[in-house]
Amino acid sequence: MSIQSCVTIINEWDIVAARQLGRNVAKELGFGTVDQARITTAISELARNIYLYAGKGQICIDKLYEDGKAGLRINAADNGPGISDIRQVMEDGFSTSGGLGAGLPGVKRLMDQFEIESSPGNGTQIKATKWLR
Amino acid sequence: MRIPILKLHNCLLVSIQWELDDQTALQFQEDLLHKIHETSANGVVIDLTSIDFIDSFIAKVLGDVINMSNLMGAKVVITGIQPAVAITLIELGIGLDNVLTALDLEKGLEKLQQELGE
Repeated sequence: MSIQSCVTIINEWDIVAARQLGRNVAKELGFGTVDQARITTAISELARNIYLYAGKGQICIDKLYEDGKAGLRINAADNGPGISDIRQVMEDGFSTSGGLGAGLPGVKRLMDQFEIESSPGNGTQIKATKWLR
Repeated sequence: MRIPILKLHNCLLVSIQWELDDQTALQFQEDLLHKIHETSANGVVIDLTSIDFIDSFIAKVLGDVINMSNLMGAKVVITGIQPAVAITLIELGIGLDNVLTALDLEKGLEKLQQELGE
């Protein structure tokens, strides 16, 4: 079972809206302050990637209830240029935008599960999940 | 909204009280450098007690403004980093190496005076 809410990312204010949505859902689910910070940071990185590289996309937050466990899943989707070398973008320090290159490998470390699907011309879909302990 | 920058003797004090959006962060970078130039301050304390997360963009803006301030002859101490912020920054892979930090504003001002040899 899952309950979903979404924010469309077009400008940098939408990045703020997406992380506020994520923080609120994390609070509702009962995540502690450290996990709230992890989730908020992960959303911020994914939303900024959409804004910087795709121009437009969507961040959706799912509340998950599976096998007696509760969790939060971030779905980041865009129809941007896509990523030709996923291994490269998952390396620490790799950036094409002059940023710190911490984004995607950082999100993977902050969350419990991380899946990425992307290819040139087909946009990018990322799912990152944190389970309530 | 702009972040207020207060002058105290030879130092500037900044307390970031709300969640930073990209524009506010970049505006702050410019404002701080102008204020250093205007006041000839040689020390800056940036207090982050109220900040509950820092992403890689904000970390880059902060790291940059520290280096820029150093270029202008002002030392910067960051204070009040919350446990959750310290944990997420390191997990993200951002160490803020070579940045002066202290637990709170009081200790930050002490550290600044030591650094400035006063």
